[in-house]
This record gives sequence, C-alpha cells and structure tokens, in this order.
Amino acid sequence: MKSIKLLTTTATAAVLFAGAAQAEETMTIVSWGGAYSASQQAAYHDPYMEMNPDVKIINDESSAEAVAKLRAMDEAGNVTWDVVDVVASDAIRLCDEGLAMEIDPDEHLAPAPDGTPASEDFGDLLVSDCFIPQIVYSTTFGYRTDVAAWNGNEPSSVCDVFDLEAFPGKRSLEKRPINNVEWALICDGVDPGEVYDVLGTDEGVDRALAKLDTIKDDVIWWSAGAETPQRLADGEVVIGSTYNGRLFSVIEEQDQPVKMLWDWQVFDLDGWIIPAGLSEERKARALDYVYFATDTQRLADQAKYISYGPARQSSAPLVGQHAELGIDMAPHMPTDPENAKTTLLYNYEFWADNRDDIDAKWQAWLAQ
Amino acid sequence: MTDTTANGAAGSQPDSGPMLAADGTPLKVSLARALRRQKLRALMLIAPLLLFIVITFLAPIGDMLFRSVENNIVPETLPRTVVALEQWDPESGEAPGEAVFEALQADLLIAAEKKIHTRLGSRLNYETPGISSLFRKSGRRVDDMEQGPYKPQFLKIDEDWGDVEIWRTIKRYSGAYTAGYFLASVDMEYGADGPQLKPEDERIYLTLLWRTILLSTVITVSCILLGYPVAFLLANLPLRTSNVLMILVLLPFWTSLLVRTSSWIVLLQQQGVINDTLVTLGLVGDGGRLELMHNEVGTIVAMTHILLPFMILPLYSVMKTISPSYVRAAKSLGANDWTAFWRIYFPNTVPGIGAGAVLVFILAIGYYITPELVGGTSGIFISNRIAYHISSSLNWGLAAALGVVLLALILVFYWLYDRIVGVDNVKFGG
Repeated sequence: MKSIKLLTTTATAAVLFAGAAQAEETMTIVSWGGAYSASQQAAYHDPYMEMNPDVKIINDESSAEAVAKLRAMDEAGNVTWDVVDVVASDAIRLCDEGLAMEIDPDEHLAPAPDGTPASEDFGDLLVSDCFIPQIVYSTTFGYRTDVAAWNGNEPSSVCDVFDLEAFPGKRSLEKRPINNVEWALICDGVDPGEVYDVLGTDEGVDRALAKLDTIKDDVIWWSAGAETPQRLADGEVVIGSTYNGRLFSVIEEQDQPVKMLWDWQVFDLDGWIIPAGLSEERKARALDYVYFATDTQRLADQAKYISYGPARQSSAPLVGQHAELGIDMAPHMPTDPENAKTTLLYNYEFWADNRDDIDAKWQAWLAQ
Repeated sequence: MTDTTANGAAGSQPDSGPMLAADGTPLKVSLARALRRQKLRALMLIAPLLLFIVITFLAPIGDMLFRSVENNIVPETLPRTVVALEQWDPESGEAPGEAVFEALQADLLIAAEKKIHTRLGSRLNYETPGISSLFRKSGRRVDDMEQGPYKPQFLKIDEDWGDVEIWRTIKRYSGAYTAGYFLASVDMEYGADGPQLKPEDERIYLTLLWRTILLSTVITVSCILLGYPVAFLLANLPLRTSNVLMILVLLPFWTSLLVRTSSWIVLLQQQGVINDTLVTLGLVGDGGRLELMHNEVGTIVAMTHILLPFMILPLYSVMKTISPSYVRAAKSLGANDWTAFWRIYFPNTVPGIGAGAVLVFILAIGYYITPELVGGTSGIFISNRIAYHISSSLNWGLAAALGVVLLALILVFYWLYDRIVGVDNVKFGG
C-alpha cells in the first residue's frame, strides 16, 4: 500500500517536473571553462537570462574539441549545441566543412550605439563568413622576476627566449609549430613582414626548426593554456608563452613574482559560431542571444572579469575596472598601445593551408 | 554418389539403407534437425546481446575503420572533372587543357552552391598544402565567370591552377577508395614511381609505433615485478590484514585518472617533492635536479602506477586458489623455500601473470592522457597522434588508418601470445 502511494507521488512529481521543463527553454552554450566561462556567465549569460526568464542556459566546456564533436554530431544528425565559442581558425574550418551557419553581420548583429553598422565596427576581425568575433587575445610571454642566474637582468625582447647564456633556465613553449616558428624566424634575423614568405618554403621551415633546436633541450612543451602559469608559479620554468589572460591571473590575482613580456605578442581572435542545421526555433533563439551578447556594452562588460580586449572598436572606450580587484583594465589589454608596440596577427589563411604539412615536420623534429 | 561412399566407408551394409528413427525419418536427418533446433534456441537466447554488441560496438568500429580507405568525396564533388582527367597524363609536365577546366567550372558551380567545395579543399589539403585556400577562393568567384574558355579565368583567380602538382593530387585521389591513408600511417607517400618512404624529416609514425610497443612492454614488466609480491601478500596474509591491503590497492583504482596523473606531476617535476627531498638530503645538488618527467621516465612511472591494479587483481584471484598444501608437500619431500616457490608455486601463478600481462599491455598500448601530460616529447605514444588527427587536424582517414595499424598490431601480439603461452592458460580467477 505504502509503496503504491509512493509510486503515484513519484509519477505525479515526474509529470509536473516534465511540464515545468517544457515551459522553460534550454540553450546549450559551449565554451572553454574556467575563468573564461565565468566571465561570460557574468557578462552575458546572467543578464540574458534575467531579460528572458523562460530561457535556461546550460554551459558545456567542450570548446577544445568543438570541431571534432560538431562533425560527429552532424554525421549522427543530432546537433545538441546552440552556440559555440571557438578560436577563429576553428571557425574557418567549421565554415569550410559546412558545420557552421553563415552570418550576415549587418543583419544578425547589433550596430554600435552611434549607428555604425556591425560590419564596420568589427572591421577586419570578421575573418570568416561564419565567425562572430568576441575578444582579441594574445599569446605572449611571462617570466619570473626572481631568477638569481640572470644577475638582475630582465628579458625585454622575445629573442631573449632564445638566449640561453644571458637568461638560462627552462622555457615553456606550446607543443605546436604555430607562433613558435614565427618567433624563431624573427629572432633568426628574418624581416617580420616577410615571415610567412619564408615559412612558405621548405628551407624556411628548416631554418625555424634549426633556430628552435638551439633551445630544444631546455624547453618543456605545453598543450593546455593552464600549464605555463602553473610552471611559472612552481618555478619549474623561468619564462614561458601562454594566453595573456592566464598571465594576468597569475600576476594580479595570485600575486606571483611574474612579469609580462609583450614583445611580438601574437594576436588571435575568439568568438561565436552557430552550428548549421538547427531547427528554426533554436536558430532564432541562438541568433537572439548572439545579438545581445556581442553588442557594444556587453563586450566591454566582459573585460571587467578577464583581460581580453573586446573585438568591437566601439567597446574600447567603455572598458572600465576589474570587478573585484578594482584596478584599471585598459593597461592590461593586449591592444593597449603601450603593450602593442610589436605584434603579429595570426595568419589564418597561411595556417589553414600549411598547418598539416608543417605540423608533420614539427612532430618529426620533436620526436628526434 | 558421395553418400554411398560415405556409408560404405562407415561400414554399413549397402543394401539395408540408412538407420531410421522412430517416426521413419533417417536417424541422421532427425538428429541434425534436433541439433539445429537446439542451436537456434541458444542463438535466440543470446540474440539481444549479440544485436546490442553488433549495433553499439562492431558497427561503429567498422564504420570508423572503413574511413581509412574511403575517398568518395572527390568523385562525388567533382564527377565531371574526374572523368575529364582520365585523358590527362601527369608525366606530360603540363597542366590539363580546356576540357578539364570546363568540367571543373561545371562541378565547382554546383559544389559552391551546396557549399561543399571547401570540404573537398580541406580533404585534398592533407595531401598537398595550398589546395584548401585554392578551392575556397575559386568557389567564391566561380559564380562570376563568363562563358569559356575557362582555363585563363581559373588561372586569373589563382595561378596555382596551372601547377601540375595540384592536378596530380586531384587525379591520384579521384577514386572512391584510396590506399593513401595507410601509406601515410607507415611514413610513406606516393612518389614518381609508386609508393616510397617520406623524406627523413617527415617520418614519425614508425618511430612512435616502435616506442609505443617498447614502453608498453617496459610498463608491463614493471607491473609484473611490482605487482607479484603485493598479490602474494594479499593472498597469504591473515584476512584482516589482507583486507586493509586490498583497500589500499583498490583506492587508487577508484580515483580519477587525471587526479592520479596530476599527483605524479607534483611528485616528479624538477621543483617537485622527490627532487626537493633529494636536494634536502644532499644526494643531488640544487643545480643538478633530476629530470623525472617530460620524458619516457615520467610515462613509465605514472603508467605503471595507474595500471598496477590490473596486474594485482588477476594475480591475486589466481593465487587465492592455489592450495597451501602443494608447497607444504614440496617441502616435506625435501625442497628448500626457493625450490618450492620456483618449481611448485610459481608455475601455478603463470595463468594469472598471463591474464595481467595481456590486460596491462593492451591498456597501455592505447593510452594517451597520461603520456600527453607527463611524457614531454620522448614519452608520447601513437595514440596521442590519433587523438590529434581526430580532434585537431580532422584528418579522420589517417586517424582510422593508424587505428587499424594499432588494432592489427594487438591481434599479432595476441596471436604470438597464444602460440607461446596459450590463451587457454589465462585465468582471471577461481
């Protein structure tokens, strides 16, 4: 008797719950996790859900495998994601594979407050037909300030990474050719404007690898962005490359004896794509979210929580102070003039064409 | 004819006919029918499981492996061009003529409409760098082309259309199936006269394959050496003590793989616990800290620890069943401790070692998270490359081919193992 009663109660509860779930629309947003997702939650998701109480945003931290997973979902005919945060090079690949929806910036994205259309406000950063830019980040170096063997000197150029005599110690570099070969060529005397012409030849790649060979024994390679900050904090390496936001967090939030080296930082973009093949209803919802989340104020808001530059020109003047630390964020942006004296922009077309080829040589070189 | 010979050979009298069952049918037929019914019933009982395995396990794996030869995308996206290219000889040293470009224009127009030309571009870019942007660029502008001739118009979009290499690649991969992925998976490529080894600075997979086998063997042997005494203690200590020990074995077994790997990073790194202790004890100088990770040492240590329970548990369950009276009997017949162990006890535990070794080796050969985190460059496995091609380069064909090679390798090892030890000689317990 008791069990029957329990059963009916559970069944009723289940029916009620299912009803409630139906009334509430869910939207799955995929991003990178950690501090980055937290900044999006505070700047975009929370205000959006406040404005649309019937929408519930579910976070999925799969951006690192987004391309492969989207392809698998597409082949299975069941795409469960609504909006996906990816780096620009992945957005280009998704667009090439037909896995992302094409966007018309002026139709789908908000104009700037002064009426400038979105296509002009984002400008050159619209690197693919499917890509909705969100932030500009950079891959750059951080170094420890307490290395005794450096006799009080501090590195001031990216070429100091290749100088084992003046700056001995372990280095942390990313386990892929992109960025490393560019820095190697610049420090081998190649004119920065001609780096990609040189890299386009077999001799150029060999030259870059030969330069990297000079420090190979002192390099610890990383594949996740969190590794270099951890190694710097542990004293496991004395200098290393990673995303500038990660270094900001080590320096300002965790107060470690680490400084930034902005010389020849490589700009890259991160933003949204909407998967192809969504139902009309889900597509409308995803577009509505993206329209809101990439307007001028929202992009400026995200910079309160993490030190990445907003992708809109109109957002830059609105960047304020860190939400908790209360420090000015502008000097910590990779795009700040003081930091951006020498910069490279990730060359999307070059790497889309040559990535597989150079990566094969890179892997063989690593394994030697 | 054969029937009578068979009957004759069986020794029955040729004129008495076959033996009959009670209902008049020949006994042989009736027996076969009964057996068939029994077999069918048995099959029906396992059918749900069989179906489940086929649908959720064999079919997806088969589908994935099939990608290692499948190449439909080229003939499907460029049907006319593929036919037109049959007339073209790459050895002529010149790009194909107008006929091919006319076909290309027609194909590309349809492909660009369906937005599949870029997909083909990424596929062919695995073989020759530069094709990806060539197709992306041309697809965008093929719409605005005027009436032929098309060749000059294509050359105007990008002069690479005049490059023989590009056309050679398209022609070579114009079939619905290709051996290209398998060639790449063993560091080979198509050369001027048939398959040849890649240039030395691009060879990687054979090295990785060999390293995967070597390190997996070292890990398996370390697991046997470390696991055997532990399993022996577990099986022979009084129950109360051995239960506590068992929990100590199982606890790490239940802990997340990532947590255990990260703990090894804390222990092994140059500023880590082990090095700090050695420096404090004065065994190594502060400048001479040992490199215990980001190399093969890190991979071997961390993976041996992670896979140890897979060795201890089968060993334990086999040792538990060995009666203590065997060793006692040996001793009573004059054997000393070592002889009794080596001649009597150890041979009884071989099935457990076999089971543990097979488990550990097969698990080790497919590992990739742990080598990725602690292996640096000299301690990574072939699985790390498979993961790269699945999730990063999207070259699923090559990933599938590498998977097939790995699978074939495991089957070869299994066959060798069967020849040397015997699969019947494997025991997971009682």
